[in-house]
Amino acid sequence: MTARAIQARAGRERMQVTPEGIALPAVLASRGTRFGALLIDLVIMGVAMGVTSVVLLIAAAGLNTATGGKIDNPDPQLKIALEFVIILWIAAMFLFRYGYFLFFELGPRGATPGKRMTGIRIAARDGGRLSAEMVLARNLLRDIELFMPIGLVFSAGETSGVTWLAAMGWFMVFALFPFFNKDRLRAGDLIAGTWVVEAPRRRLEAALSTTPTARAGTSSATGAAYRFGDAELSVYGEYELQTLERVLRENRREALVSVHEAICRKIGWNPGAGDERAFLEAYYTQLRARLEAGMRMGKRKADKFT
Amino acid sequence: MTPNPAVSGQAAIEAAALRSDRFRQEREADWQRLEEIVARMERGRLRKLSDEDLVALPVLYRTVASSLSVARETSLDAATLAYLEGLVQRAWYLVYGPRVTLWGWLARFFGGEWSRAVRAIWPELLVAFALMAAGTVVGWQLCAADPDWYYSLVPGGFQDERVPGASREVLSSTLFGNAGQDGLSVFAASLFSHNAGVAIMCFALGFAFGVPPLLLLIQNTATLGAMLWLFNGQGLLIDFIAWLSIHGTTELFAILLAGGAGLHVGRSMAFPGDRTVVEAAARAGQRAAVVMAGVVVMLVIAGMLEGLGRQLIDHTQGRFVVGGSMLAIWLSYFFAFRRAPQGGEA
Repeated sequence: MTARAIQARAGRERMQVTPEGIALPAVLASRGTRFGALLIDLVIMGVAMGVTSVVLLIAAAGLNTATGGKIDNPDPQLKIALEFVIILWIAAMFLFRYGYFLFFELGPRGATPGKRMTGIRIAARDGGRLSAEMVLARNLLRDIELFMPIGLVFSAGETSGVTWLAAMGWFMVFALFPFFNKDRLRAGDLIAGTWVVEAPRRRLEAALSTTPTARAGTSSATGAAYRFGDAELSVYGEYELQTLERVLRENRREALVSVHEAICRKIGWNPGAGDERAFLEAYYTQLRARLEAGMRMGKRKADKFT
Repeated sequence: MTPNPAVSGQAAIEAAALRSDRFRQEREADWQRLEEIVARMERGRLRKLSDEDLVALPVLYRTVASSLSVARETSLDAATLAYLEGLVQRAWYLVYGPRVTLWGWLARFFGGEWSRAVRAIWPELLVAFALMAAGTVVGWQLCAADPDWYYSLVPGGFQDERVPGASREVLSSTLFGNAGQDGLSVFAASLFSHNAGVAIMCFALGFAFGVPPLLLLIQNTATLGAMLWLFNGQGLLIDFIAWLSIHGTTELFAILLAGGAGLHVGRSMAFPGDRTVVEAAARAGQRAAVVMAGVVVMLVIAGMLEGLGRQLIDHTQGRFVVGGSMLAIWLSYFFAFRRAPQGGEA
C-alpha cells in the first residue's frame, strides 16, 4: 500500500466493537467498487433473464409446432399450455427483479455474486446482526433507485423531452446519494440501517522470524554475523518495520537491494552485495524484537521521527 | 512451550526467534481450523459441517478474538494482524449473524412478526385509510360535478365500454358472464406484477418524507371513486362493489398497508424524536420492510382471487361472501391474533 492508499483507507475506516470488547475496523467499500459490483450483478441478471426468456420462447414454439402450428386458432388445451408459459415468464421476471439481490444478500456471506467478486459485503451499521428485515428494506428501495427510473428513461426515449429529463433527474438524485453522506450510504442503506464494507479474505503469511538467519543473526549462506547494537536499531520505528516486512514478504530483488542500501547508509555500515536478504532478515528480526520489547513495557515508537 | 504438532512444515519445527512469533506458532492451528470452518460456512455448506465443528465455532471464535487482542498489544507483524482482523470479522458475521434459515424466517414471519409489524404502524394505517376514503369521495364528487373528470381520473388503458353514458346492459355485461373469458389468468399474473410494483413504489417513496405515498393513495382511490360513481349512475353500485370486493378487499388492504408503511418511514424521518434521523429511518425501514414482504404475499393472493374467483363466482352474494370473508380473515389475523413474541426482538 502506498502512503496515499493508506490515507484513502483511513477516511473509510469505521470502528466497531464486538461483544468481546474487541475493536474491529470496518472499511467502507469505495463507490467505484460498489458500482463495479452492481454492473456485474446487472449483467448476471440480464443474462439469466435472457436465457429464461429464450428457453420459455422455445418451449412455447415447441408446443405450437407439436400441436400443428395453429397459433391463430389454437385448441383449448394448447391455449392453456401457452397461458401457463406466459405466466411462468411473468413470475420468473418478477422473481429475477426482486429476488436476485434478496436471495444472495440473505446468504451467509451477505453479498451478491458481484459483491463477492469485488470483495465487499453488506453489514449492519450499528455493528449488530444483519437481519432479514434489513436486507428486505434495502432491496425494496433498489427498485425506485434503479429499475424504475432506468425503465422510465428507456420508455420515455429522447423524443419526449420533459419526461426523459424528469426520469434522468430522478435517477441522478439516487445515483449521487452516496456522494453526499460520509458513510457512502445509498437511499436503501439509509432506510435499512446497513452499509457496504470490504470483506477481504487474507491468507496467513509465513512467520518471518523462523529462518535460520533470523534466529541466529548469522547468514546461512556467507556465515556473516549480523548483530546490531542499540544505536543502530533505535533509528527506526514501527512504520519502517512494516515497510521492511512488506519488502521481505514481496521478496523482489531490486527492492531488497535498495532497502538494504538505505539501511546501511542510515546506520553507517558499508553495504556489501549478494547477501541482502540475510542482512534484512536479521535486521528485521532484531528491530522487531526491540520494538516489541518496548511495547511490552508500554513504550511505542511510531516511526523514525518519534 | 512445545510447538503444536498439528501444524505441519518447517515453520512449526523451527521455533521462531521472536516471542510474538512463538505466540503465533502456538495458536495458528486454531486460527486455521476456524478459517476452514468459516470458509465452509460461507460457501453455504452448513449441512456438511460436523456437529463437532459447529460446537467448536463459538469457542474458536473467542480464542482467535483473544489472540487478536493479545497480538495487537505484543506483535508488530502487520500481515498476521491483518489476517487475524479479517478472520475475526468473518467469524463474527457468522457467530452473530442471522442463523435463521429461510423456512425459519417464514415461520417466524407468518407466526406473528408480520402482524406485529402491521399493528406497530397503526397510526399510519389510520391516516392511509382516511386518505383512501377521502380519495374515493373526491373521485366520486368530481365526476358527479362534471362527468369529464371521469376521463382524467380513470386511465384509458383497460377501459373501453365503461364510460359515462354507457347503458346499464353494457356496464352489467362487464360485471357478469365473463366466466369463459380468455387469458384471465395471464391478466391476473401481469396485474399482480404491476400492482406489486405500485405497492413497492408506494413504500419506497415514503423515503421522500411520506409525501408521494399520500399522493399515490389519493390518486389511486380517486379512480375507484370515479368508477363507483359511474356504476351508481346505472343502479349497479352494489353489484360493482361485489365484483370488486372478491379480490379488492385483499388488494386494497395490501395497498393500504404499503401506503401506511411508506408513511411510517416518512414520518419517522420527518419527526425522528430523540433519535437521529438516520437511526430513526433505519428502525422504521426495517419494520416497514416486514409489512411490505406481507404486502407482496397479499397481492399474490389477490391475483389468484381475481384470476380464479371472479370467473367461478358469477353472482353478487357469492362475491360478497368471498370478499367479506377475506377481509374478516385479514382483520382477525392482523389485529385479533396476537402471539407473544418468541425469543428476543429481531
